[in-house]
Amino acid sequence: MTTITARAMGQALSRVDGPAKVRGHAPYAFEQPVDRPVYLYPVEAAITVGRITGIDCSHASAQPGVLGVLTHLNAARTSAGASGELGILQSDQVAFRNQFVGAVLAETSEIARYAAGLVRVDYEARPHDVVFDAGRRDLYKPEQLAPSFPMDTDKGDVDAALSSAPFALDQGYTTPRYHHNPLEPHSTIAVWADGHFTLHMSTQGVHVARACLAQVFDLDPDRIRIIAPYVGGAFGSKVQPRADAVLAMLAARMVPGRPVKFQLTRQQTFSQTGYRPPTVQRVQLGADRDGRLLAVAHSCTAPTARIQEFAEHSTRSTPTLYATPNLRTRQRLAKLDISTPSIMRAPGEASGMFAVESAMDEMAIACGVDPVEFRIRNDTDTHPLTGLPFSSRNLAGCMREGARRFGWDQRDPTPRARRSQGWLVGTGVATALYSVFRLPGSASIQAHPDGRYTVSIGAADIGTGTWTALAQVAADALGVDLTQVELQIGDTNYPCASEAAASSGITSWGAAICEAADQLRHALADQPGGQLPPQGLTITADMPENPYLQQYSMHSFGAQFAEVRINEFTGEIRVPRQLGVFAVGRIVNPRTARSQLLGGMTWGLSMALHEHGALDPRFGATVNQDLATYHVASNADVGNVEVHWLDEYDPYVNPMGTKGIGEIGMVSAAAAIANAVHHATGIRVRDLPITLDKLLPESRPVTATS
Amino acid sequence: MDVDISIRVDGDTHRLSVDTRTTVLDTLRERLGITSPKKGCDHGQCGACTVLLNGRRVNSCLLLAVAHDGAEIVTAAGLAVDGQMHPMQRSFIEHDAFQCGYCTPGQIVSAVAMLGEAAAGWPSFATPAGEQPATPDSGGMRDDEIRERMSGNLCRCAAYANIVPAIREVAEA
Amino acid sequence: MRPFRYARAENVAGAVALLARSPEGAFLGAGTNLVDLMKLEVLTPDLLVDVRQLTSDAVEELPDGGVRIGAAVPNSDLAAHPLIRRRYPLLSEAILAGASGQLRNMATTGGNLLQRTRCPYWQNITTPCNKREPGSGCSAIDGFNRDMAILGSSPQCVATHPSDMAVALTALDAIVRTEGPSGERTIPLAQLHRLPGNEPQRDTILQHGELITAVDVPPLPYAVRSRYRKVRDRASYAFALVSVAAAIDVQDGVVRDLRIALGGVAHKPWRATIAEQALRGQPADPDQFWAAASAEVAEARPLTHNAFKVPLARNTIVETLLNLTGISG
Repeated sequence: MTTITARAMGQALSRVDGPAKVRGHAPYAFEQPVDRPVYLYPVEAAITVGRITGIDCSHASAQPGVLGVLTHLNAARTSAGASGELGILQSDQVAFRNQFVGAVLAETSEIARYAAGLVRVDYEARPHDVVFDAGRRDLYKPEQLAPSFPMDTDKGDVDAALSSAPFALDQGYTTPRYHHNPLEPHSTIAVWADGHFTLHMSTQGVHVARACLAQVFDLDPDRIRIIAPYVGGAFGSKVQPRADAVLAMLAARMVPGRPVKFQLTRQQTFSQTGYRPPTVQRVQLGADRDGRLLAVAHSCTAPTARIQEFAEHSTRSTPTLYATPNLRTRQRLAKLDISTPSIMRAPGEASGMFAVESAMDEMAIACGVDPVEFRIRNDTDTHPLTGLPFSSRNLAGCMREGARRFGWDQRDPTPRARRSQGWLVGTGVATALYSVFRLPGSASIQAHPDGRYTVSIGAADIGTGTWTALAQVAADALGVDLTQVELQIGDTNYPCASEAAASSGITSWGAAICEAADQLRHALADQPGGQLPPQGLTITADMPENPYLQQYSMHSFGAQFAEVRINEFTGEIRVPRQLGVFAVGRIVNPRTARSQLLGGMTWGLSMALHEHGALDPRFGATVNQDLATYHVASNADVGNVEVHWLDEYDPYVNPMGTKGIGEIGMVSAAAAIANAVHHATGIRVRDLPITLDKLLPESRPVTATS
Repeated sequence: MDVDISIRVDGDTHRLSVDTRTTVLDTLRERLGITSPKKGCDHGQCGACTVLLNGRRVNSCLLLAVAHDGAEIVTAAGLAVDGQMHPMQRSFIEHDAFQCGYCTPGQIVSAVAMLGEAAAGWPSFATPAGEQPATPDSGGMRDDEIRERMSGNLCRCAAYANIVPAIREVAEA
Repeated sequence: MRPFRYARAENVAGAVALLARSPEGAFLGAGTNLVDLMKLEVLTPDLLVDVRQLTSDAVEELPDGGVRIGAAVPNSDLAAHPLIRRRYPLLSEAILAGASGQLRNMATTGGNLLQRTRCPYWQNITTPCNKREPGSGCSAIDGFNRDMAILGSSPQCVATHPSDMAVALTALDAIVRTEGPSGERTIPLAQLHRLPGNEPQRDTILQHGELITAVDVPPLPYAVRSRYRKVRDRASYAFALVSVAAAIDVQDGVVRDLRIALGGVAHKPWRATIAEQALRGQPADPDQFWAAASAEVAEARPLTHNAFKVPLARNTIVETLLNLTGISG
């Protein structure tokens, strides 16, 4: 693998889509101009499990402006292979609360929504099973959750090591249900004309979405075009198409030629677009008298949907963390009558690393070793499970640099030792880790005689900065000035590329572009006189295999620090400072990269303090299904967020040397906060979120107020 | 039930007939094709739909169009004058104060209006009791004042730590 | 939204008359709460009578040293008004603690008082709720009830009143002036909102078609030093878990008089009369504050998820009084 020379890469360019976005002119899916739109509003199941015994559409149909009512009785048949959540309106069965059971098409959104409420659906409910707990007897081991990571891992004899370890810890941790809540609710405009679908869709991957929807509708993929130049946030919820896209397409079949517009309400996104499943975790650690780990065991149980399996692999990164002779991970699921979870930012690591890095803090305290030193002491040169060397691993460097910048050496480790004007103050640290993922795809480059290059790839910009950073990669791949490069993304008319997920975008798309640039150079050399023909030259290339994949273990690392303040009377929590240092390979664009990392850290804060989807067992759905009751961090919740990175050269990951930055900013940020809360108060909160009731003094505070 | 109304948006007058149920936000987005204000929650819980209504920042998702016949509305698109971006827009780009961009027009309208509120002496919950709020003219705004005053605009990409300095810079200019 | 007619009136009397003829009609103020709930079809009026132009949007000084606040005064203007900031800082703070800058620009004084109580089950028309459908049952009592009431609730309803402004006005003994089908009247604010009892569908004692025209705030000289303390799950833009509006007059170490009202704990703004009575005439010291606050919440009846509100309310009262008096705890 040849690495490319960085000229455009490394420049802190502002976003090329910035001027359009600050005016609001960048068109998101629902905003694409279309003629004579039809508005769609769904009917949602009012039972949790059972079947529909009757539907009366007469009141809805009688409303002026209603064009049709879609139910399982008149909807087009989709593929038998379209099982799970996408197989909507194909039978009278209801598999989870709020599942789509119908829809109204109307001339205006007001008419569609009101008429949908007039559709009368009668049900026969069956008992439902929605309560998850780790003691269930029907837990099972899923076959595979993420490629290239074994579901369960075993090394050495964990139990023996734990029983003889001078220091041993065995603790439980839980995380609740989390909802993505991108500010742009899932949206689709679907047109069915001449046997073809055209979809404007809010998606993280136009090609992934097309492949899936083509299967649902038994269509050749060439008969579906998906366009998504701008996506208003996604965070995993827009990787796989959800039932809202299928519903819009079923509706489009009813009104050929007319564009059907469908945007979920905020409330509907809570039941229709997936969520991070809650977890119940157990971490066991053993350490010797020098604070070296003798055993690490991590198990996680989580619910999934009966209708379709999805689970986070919360234990997948645990084996990569620290040197240990004995290691065990377990992942188990329970199938429930609930909507299907989905990928959510740092899937697995967000929940799993909260548990492990909280336990590491507890163990450091038990061993009497400083938490930063404890992590450095247990660092490793080779992967503890596979024995492979790391392509690059700068955990210790991140820890030392972070400690220096944070002022860690001033820290008195005694809990509950610092106060300021009625607030207890504490600091905490945690290790961040995310693996380097690469997903197959291709890219094409057209060389124009005037010296311009058109780079086309069915990639996505979900706020990650692809429009800017991938153009920088392309310029360096071609060895030309950035002004010579025109990037085209977000359309299935461009070459098949992977979704913007798993921090793999630049890694995967960039590698394909580098390959296309290489092939273009060879093709040019083959031209007579090495001259570009008058009509230009177009090369399409696939991302090549990486020969180092079998030789190195590839991951990003980081160190998360946090300072918290806890009100002594009320238990209110503030986080005035977060600091992260990351070793994530080459930074393509420092400006947009910093944004991704600090956005991730704020996600960690939001996870630590605010977010909690409350599932009501009687109904099987999230009760707090809006932004007034499902809290995400507001501006006032965020203090100083400092993002730093180490200059890191990794020649093994890809030609750019990038390792991915979308997720790692979030990983363990919640653990750093939880650890700081313990330092401030002496209270170890093992169940997220850390709300004030968990820190509220039962007895009378003794200190002065301000 | 349809009613005829007239509204001015970013300097252009529009006459149209709207359902009494239609909000100002849906009037702009679905009737007039003016999509600068965004729909994030439709319940006044996120701020993505923020526009200036007769000079004040408001959530357009909770305004019934029928009740705002004759209103003067400014969106983020209308803050740019003669094709030149408003200083707040330039500052948001410079500080990378957004990622996906969906909340951004609302953030920017809110930020511009908020600086006007502070300059008019309006306090916020972050203003110490008995004090006048720090304003652009009285030595700049404290970050906690900016944060509190901007908390009606959620950003799920969580660009807050860039939004605050972007606004501070304009406040100090 | 159910289709509805929209109407304007020449004056308050005209608006009252319009609504008197429409049993399912409603007044439209800024609409921040009404439109929100109409979208969810929690409220389904068939007529909206726009009253935004009909009542005063001015804050006037009254001869007795109090102030009269027109019902149409926007929350932002009221919070920023020099008279309010100088004489009743707790009122200004309470308004600024609520909602967002955008919503405060829209919301009016009358409308703020008439916000409906909040409960996620009430807002979801597919779940049972006695407030929406009397007799259908309360989903919150055995459901997710972290935000629900600990005081004054009934087996019918445990929702909480969300207004911050109303808590401060309750502490200030404000008087609500109304005009309705039966003419004009004045109502002490403490009596405007109801506890749920057996009629949880009624949040206030107002009759159908009765419009708030103004709010009078009597003079309270010692309120120049007063506070609104709001405790919530987010640092801003969130409803109160518990809030405390307080003013206290301490002379020579003795509590001459005080006002305390609580938000987030009941179906209405909760005047802490037990704590007030316990402290009036007593030494201003932390032990007294603690005892009085504990007495106030002694009758609390918490639910599965909100028991923390009992010590939280107690502690927040104490913290606020210590803060106001400058006494160390």
